[in-house]
Amino acid sequence: MSDPAPKKGPGLAVWLPLGLFAGFLALVVVGLYWPADREVSSAFIGKPLPAFDLPPASDDRPGLATAQFKEGGKPRLLNVFASWCFPCKVEAPQLAALAEQGVEIDGVAIRDRKEDVAGFLKQYGNPFKRIGKDDLSQVQLAIGSSGVPETFVIDGKGIIRYQHIGDIRQEDIPLILRKLAEAQ
Amino acid sequence: MIAELGLAVLWMAAALAVLQLVAGALSLRPATAHLAGVVRPVAILQGVLVACAFAALIWLFLSTDLSVKLVAENSHSAKPFIFKLAGTWGNHEGSMLMWVTIMSLAGGFVALIEKRLPENTLIATLAGQAFVSLGFYAFLLLASNPFTRLPEPAPEGAGLNPLLQDIGLAFHPPTLYVGYVGLSIAFSFAVGALVTRDVGPAFARAMRPWVLGAWIFLTLGITAGSYWAYYTLGWGGWWFWDPVENASLMPWLAATALLHSCSVLAARNALRTWTVMLGVVAFSMSMVGTFLVRSGILTSVHAFAVDPTRGSFILALLAIYIGGALLLFGLRASTVTEGARFAVLSRESSLVFNNVMLCGILGIVLVGTLYPLLTEAMGVKVSVGPPYFNPVSAVFAIPMMMVMAVSPVLRWREDKGGRITWQVAVPALVSAVALLAVEFIFAPNLLPALGLALAPGLAVASVQPLVGRNLRRTPLPIYGMVIGHLGIAVALFGMASEGAFSTERLAAMNPGDSQQVGPFKVTLQDIGPVAGPNWTALEATVSASYAGAEPTVLHPQARTFANPPGNRTESALLTRWNGQLYAVLGEEGDDGRWQMRFWWKPFVPMIWYGGALVALGGLLALLGRVARDVKRLVAVDKIAYRRERQGR
Repeated sequence: MSDPAPKKGPGLAVWLPLGLFAGFLALVVVGLYWPADREVSSAFIGKPLPAFDLPPASDDRPGLATAQFKEGGKPRLLNVFASWCFPCKVEAPQLAALAEQGVEIDGVAIRDRKEDVAGFLKQYGNPFKRIGKDDLSQVQLAIGSSGVPETFVIDGKGIIRYQHIGDIRQEDIPLILRKLAEAQ
Repeated sequence: MIAELGLAVLWMAAALAVLQLVAGALSLRPATAHLAGVVRPVAILQGVLVACAFAALIWLFLSTDLSVKLVAENSHSAKPFIFKLAGTWGNHEGSMLMWVTIMSLAGGFVALIEKRLPENTLIATLAGQAFVSLGFYAFLLLASNPFTRLPEPAPEGAGLNPLLQDIGLAFHPPTLYVGYVGLSIAFSFAVGALVTRDVGPAFARAMRPWVLGAWIFLTLGITAGSYWAYYTLGWGGWWFWDPVENASLMPWLAATALLHSCSVLAARNALRTWTVMLGVVAFSMSMVGTFLVRSGILTSVHAFAVDPTRGSFILALLAIYIGGALLLFGLRASTVTEGARFAVLSRESSLVFNNVMLCGILGIVLVGTLYPLLTEAMGVKVSVGPPYFNPVSAVFAIPMMMVMAVSPVLRWREDKGGRITWQVAVPALVSAVALLAVEFIFAPNLLPALGLALAPGLAVASVQPLVGRNLRRTPLPIYGMVIGHLGIAVALFGMASEGAFSTERLAAMNPGDSQQVGPFKVTLQDIGPVAGPNWTALEATVSASYAGAEPTVLHPQARTFANPPGNRTESALLTRWNGQLYAVLGEEGDDGRWQMRFWWKPFVPMIWYGGALVALGGLLALLGRVARDVKRLVAVDKIAYRRERQGR
């Protein structure tokens, strides 16, 4: 049955599968061991705060406006929070610790009611100098925050210098302090 | 006690695999050829031992032994029995043990029954099989021991991912595994044949039932997986070109090509090199698939199975086995003599054409799946979806199906165009009429239109091999081919119809509200709580009336699981002969109305009926082949027995 006619061997083609396989290996090794940066870094860093003027969210603290950040002076933290947000409760002791070390913190309460904010601050402490009430998340979206809590480092000229996504943990405090120092 | 026993037999089985490899390899040298006698019994014993280890693990899961880490992490005493059982392989360690079990049982089975191959090729095959199993033994024993005990028994188990607590999914992974592992046997046959330079019809006939078996299971696995995604994920789609779906499709494409080239090699002693290469490629694709799923290198809906260190282990195995086999292939392929020749118009050449098309689709799917990795390496994030896969694979699939319509009526070796005029003209005419009708009446998009036109022509063409045959005396494999090809036509019709005619309705409804969805009038009657064995749910009562007929009641649910916590939508389906109504209960809106989602999908079940037909075709072919092999074996034994008696 078999035709014994001599014919040139398949030549280099027989190495093609091995070559393709080597290419595949190289690709997945790169993908597996040099994973791309998966951190979401904000496009707003280095940009000035957008203009806003929020009414107070609490009876004993003033509201929050962009102008207040541009008065010069030392860098401040801008904390985006809400009374209905569980991680914000977890974050409260860290904010208190930062405030105790002399860090000035402003808050933006997202989609919240005055009485709920008051209850939250009463139960978990109030580290804020000013608290703005952002009922429609307009300011939150304008500064590039996608959730609560988030914390921004704003320098004396009102420029966003750092964005911390999620709650500030105990181990994040040195990082926040460093970012504040860098923003001097 | 059971856990320790399981671990002990697992170690013994691994030791036997070492023996099987070493004795097999040594026996290929003339000086130590007597070692060959050890290999078969060792392979059988190894299979039995590892099956005992797997049985031990099943026992631990069924009795919910919470002192075993794996059980505590993946099971729960309140789980229904069937999910306790499925929990055995619904996790990484258990699924790897299942993989090795199926693999070693299959190897033992080959050792027990295979008598056609030259003995040294068979021994080389078994040694290759032991080599592959050893990697998985190492993986299990060194990096993912399923029998580890906890220092203190856990008070209660953590449960199984709610998405996996589904009867269809309980059997989806084992089905795919049997497919993958069957391909590992084909791989070992290919390696054995390369080692002994013995590639011929005997090799193809020995390999074919394994390829067929693997292919049947892969077909079933993919079909069932697609249906599971369709009704569980609640998106109304049946195929998402998700990396994990692609991971199961790629071995299927390679196995389909291998199956057909295997037939050519068995019948005509042609396509020798090509068949061996496909044998290696098919198993490579199952390993690549496993790697892509387990390593988490690509994000997908199956992200629950992810672990990067395990990915590294599988990658290492992949590099050793596939790299080694392809190296061997490169070294030996040029020494494999060329097989029989054939003319341009012949069944062989049509099968070669379709093999190339299948490999083309395989390449497209592989490139599309890996493309995000490629661009990410260059710093861009891209994902590739249906707009790439659908048209590009159609470029290969459409010519392939046209050739597939003709191929079965072509003669081996050489044919004349004039002989098959009618067999070409009839299906072509059917397709042309269908195309015109579809275009004039519905005018859908290009791809669905082509699919709707091609499907009836292909259906007619696929039964043509039966024309003029004595149906009683037609061999089973011919029926298998006819039904398999018909299944492809049926599935194609379902896919095209779903693409062309689906209607979707998204509505916020109060109880009492009605909506028109295609020919259905659906009414939301009520929403209330229901409780299941380990879940609670909100259940909607929806009545659906087809074209004014008596309404049928549907119950879509939004289920909440407690152990572990999670949610799942349970869509409700109403199947008619001409399509399916699909209902999903969504969230409650601010105004108290409920988000309801409905689809009317004409002929969509054809997709899965088609898949089942393809698998049935494979099963008939397999039964036919096995029956013939058994007959032959019995005949050979009889002759041997007679000779023995005469000798005395």
